[in-house]
Amino acid sequence: SRKRDFNRSCSLFCVLQESQSFAVNMFKGQISTTQVFPFPSVLNEDQSTFLRELVGPVSKFFEEVNDPAKNDTLEKVEDHTLEGLKELGAFGLQVSTELGGVGLNNTQYARLVEIVGMHDLGVGITLGAHQSIGFKGILLFGNKQQKEKYLPKLASGETVAAFCLTEPASGSDAASIRTTAVPSSCGKYYTMNGSKIWISNAGLAEIFTVFAKTPVKDVKTGEVKDKITAFIVERSFGGVTHGPPEKKMGIKASNTAELYFENVQVPAENVLGEVGGGFKVAMNILNNGRFGMAAALSGTMKGVIAKAVDHAANRTQFGNKIHNYGVIQEKMARMAMLQYVTESMAYMVSGNMDSGATDFQIEAAISKIFASEAAWLVTDECIQIMGGMGFMKDAGVERVLRDLRIFRIFEGTNDILRLFVALNGFQNAGNQLKSLQKALKNPLGNAGLLAGEITKRAKRKAGLSTGLSLQGSIHPELAHSGDLLPYQINHLTYVCFADEQFVLHRVADCAIDLYAMVVVLSRASRSLSQGHSSAQHEKMLCETWCIEAHDRIMRDIKFLKSGSSKQIFKNLRAISSAVVENGTVVAPHPLGM
Amino acid sequence: MAARVLVGVKRVIDYAVKIRVKPDNTGVVTDGVKHSMNPFCEIAVEEAVRLKEKKLVKEVVAVSCGPQQVQETIRTALAMGADRGIHVEVSGKDYDTLGPLQVSKILAALAKKEEASLVILGKQAIDDDCNQTGQMTAALLDWPQGTFASEVTIDGDKIKVIREIDGGLETIKINMPAVVTADLRLNTPRYATLPNIMKAKKKKIASVKPGELGVDLTSRLEVLRVEEPAQRQAGVKVETVEDLVGKLKEAGRI
Repeated sequence: SRKRDFNRSCSLFCVLQESQSFAVNMFKGQISTTQVFPFPSVLNEDQSTFLRELVGPVSKFFEEVNDPAKNDTLEKVEDHTLEGLKELGAFGLQVSTELGGVGLNNTQYARLVEIVGMHDLGVGITLGAHQSIGFKGILLFGNKQQKEKYLPKLASGETVAAFCLTEPASGSDAASIRTTAVPSSCGKYYTMNGSKIWISNAGLAEIFTVFAKTPVKDVKTGEVKDKITAFIVERSFGGVTHGPPEKKMGIKASNTAELYFENVQVPAENVLGEVGGGFKVAMNILNNGRFGMAAALSGTMKGVIAKAVDHAANRTQFGNKIHNYGVIQEKMARMAMLQYVTESMAYMVSGNMDSGATDFQIEAAISKIFASEAAWLVTDECIQIMGGMGFMKDAGVERVLRDLRIFRIFEGTNDILRLFVALNGFQNAGNQLKSLQKALKNPLGNAGLLAGEITKRAKRKAGLSTGLSLQGSIHPELAHSGDLLPYQINHLTYVCFADEQFVLHRVADCAIDLYAMVVVLSRASRSLSQGHSSAQHEKMLCETWCIEAHDRIMRDIKFLKSGSSKQIFKNLRAISSAVVENGTVVAPHPLGM
Repeated sequence: MAARVLVGVKRVIDYAVKIRVKPDNTGVVTDGVKHSMNPFCEIAVEEAVRLKEKKLVKEVVAVSCGPQQVQETIRTALAMGADRGIHVEVSGKDYDTLGPLQVSKILAALAKKEEASLVILGKQAIDDDCNQTGQMTAALLDWPQGTFASEVTIDGDKIKVIREIDGGLETIKINMPAVVTADLRLNTPRYATLPNIMKAKKKKIASVKPGELGVDLTSRLEVLRVEEPAQRQAGVKVETVEDLVGKLKEAGRI
C-alpha cells in the first residue's frame, strides 16, 4: 500500500533525534540555524580561484560551439558538440582527479551546471543523466575495484552512463519494480530479465545502474523476500538492447528510450552497495543529485530573464518602453524574486552537502519542487512579456518552456516530493494515524508562528538596514521558540485517512515557503553584512518575498483549520469520483446536446 | 631546434563588455568589469603551442605585466599549453601609465634573460589599439620582425612569415632570433579544457619586478582626458533637393 511505502521511505530516511536540518526541526516546532545561518561559504581560496578559471571556458563553449536550436531540431546533441564536451572534461566533473575527473565538490559543480542550464537543458540532461545520477551510484556506493574499473572511462566520456529505475508499471511507486536478477547457484553471477522505460541516455550508454528485484533470505526468519538490489550492468555483458528514441515535448536533444534486459549475466562483483539495499541506493542517488537541478534551473531563469528584460527595455507601445508599465514591472519583479530564491536554495543545499551534512533530503526535495515550478512560471512570463515574439521559435524561449515541463515530473514528481516533504518532516511519521495527527498539530502551529517571527525580524528596520548580521539578531531570539505562545491548531481533524494527502500537500507548501524565507533571509543578511553594492536590492527581494510567503502560509493554515476545509476535501473527492466513473466531465452540455 | 619562445599576454577588458568612461574622465571603468586575455594574444599563444607540438620549439614561456590579477591571464596561457609563466609586477600609478614603450623594454630584457629565440605577441591590444609593442621590442633587441603574421613557418634558423598588408599578402624570410606579431587569421585558438586548467595549476609562475630587469617605467605620455565619442545627432528630413542644398550650405559643408 502507498502508506506502507511512505512509511518505508520515512524509516529509510529515519532522521536522527539530533538532526541539524532546518526543515526537520521546523516540523518539530524548533529552529535549528546551524545549516542556514550564516549563508554557507564553503569554497576556500584555491577552490574559488579554480572555479573562476573554469567558468570562462565552459561559458565560451556553450556560447560558441553548442547550438541549442540545432540540437532541438535534430533531436540529438550534435556529434562535434558531444565530442567537444568530452574533451572539455564535462563528463567527469565530480570524479576525483586521480581517476581522471575534474574533482569538483558540489558547490563548484553547481556553478558549472548553472551555465549548462542557462544555455541548453537538453545537453544538461544528457550530462546530468550521465554523471548526476547515471554513475553517481558508483561514486556513492562503489567499492574500490568498481571505482577504479569504471570511473576513468566514465570521466573521459569514453563510456556514457544511464540510471535505470522506471518501468512501465513502476514510476512513482519505485518499490514495485519487476525487473529480476536471479542469483546463479554458484553465486558468481545474476541473470537479469526485465525492461525499463524512459531511460535518459539509453541509446548512448555503455554503463547502466540498474535496479532489480533479487531474492533475499532474512537471516533471522529464513524467509525469502524479493528486495531491490542495484547493479552496474555493462552493455557488453550481452542481452542489453534499447528501443528507438522517444519523441518528446522538450529536451529533445536528450536521448530517451526503453531498455530491455534478456538473460543478462551480471557478475556478482557488480552489485552496487548491499544485496537487497537497492532502494536505499536509488533514493540516495536521486537525493544526491537534486541540488544540481536547482542550480541548473537558476541559470535557466537568469538567461530567460535577460531576454525578457531586453525586450521590455526596448519595446515601445503607447508611447513608452513597456518596462514602465506596472503590469510588466510586477512580472519582472516576481521573476527576479523566484530566481533569487532558487539560486539561494541551490547554493544553500550544495553548501550544506559540502560541509558534511548528511540529512539534507527534505531541503533537496524542496529545492527541486521550487526550482522546477519557479522556472516554468518565469519562462512562461518571459514569453508573455515578449508577446507574439516569445511564441516564435527564433526567439529561443518556447524551446526552454518545452524543455522545462519534464522537470516537474522526473526525478520524483513534485506531487510525490511534496508528500515526501510533509511526511518526512514528521520524523518517525508513525504507522498510526494518531501519532501523525498529534505530530501535525504542534509543528504546523509552531511553523506558522515561526513564519510570523521570521517576517517580523525581516520587517524590523534596525536588523536589516544597518547590515547587522541576522545571525546576531535572529539566532539568540529565535532559539527561544519554546517561549513563543503555542499556536494550537485544535480543529485540524482529518479522521478519514483519505484526507491526508489534501492536507499534506498544503503542509508541504507551507514548508517550502518557510524554507524559502529562511534561505533568502540568510543570503540577504550575508550581503548586507559584507556590504555588497547590491545589498539593498537583495533586502528588497528578501522582504517582499517574506511578506508574501508569510501571507500564503497563514492563509493555508487558516484554511486547514477552518471547518470548510473538510467539506472542500469531501467535495473534491466526490467530483473526482464522478468524473472517473463517467469517463469524462459529468455536467451535461449547457446547450443540452 | 632547441628554441625557447616568449609569448606576451595582456589582460584587457573583455571584448563583449560595454565600455563606460569614468565620471572624472581620467579613464574607463575597470572595477568589477569582466576582463580576459587580449584576443590577439590568444592567437599568439596558440601559435607558440602549435610550434611546440610540432617539436620546432622546446619551451613556451608566457609573460604578462601588471597587478596580481594578470596571473589569471597567465594561467589561461598555461591551460592552453604554455610551460611556465612570468609575472612582471606592475601596479598602481605605474600600471595606469604602462604602455608599449615600457612593456617592450621589459620584454626585451626578459628575451635576453631567458635566452629566447622567438618572441610572439599579438599585433595589438583591443583596449589601446597601439600596435607598437612588437615593433619596439624588435628594435630594442635589434632583432628582425615579422608583424601582422597570418602564417609562420620555421625553416632551420630562419622564419618565413606571410604578412597581411594593405595590398594583400607579403612573404618575408627573417633570421632567428626574431619578433613575430600575430594577426587575426594566423590560427583559431583552442578552448582550454578543464583537465588542462587543472594541470596548469601545477605549472610555475615566477614573479619579477621591472627594477630587477633594469627597466625604467617612467612614461613619456600623460593622459589628459578620456571622453566618450560624441553622441550621434539625429538627422533631419528635407522635402526637396533645394532644401537639402540649403541645409548643407547652412552647415558650412558646401
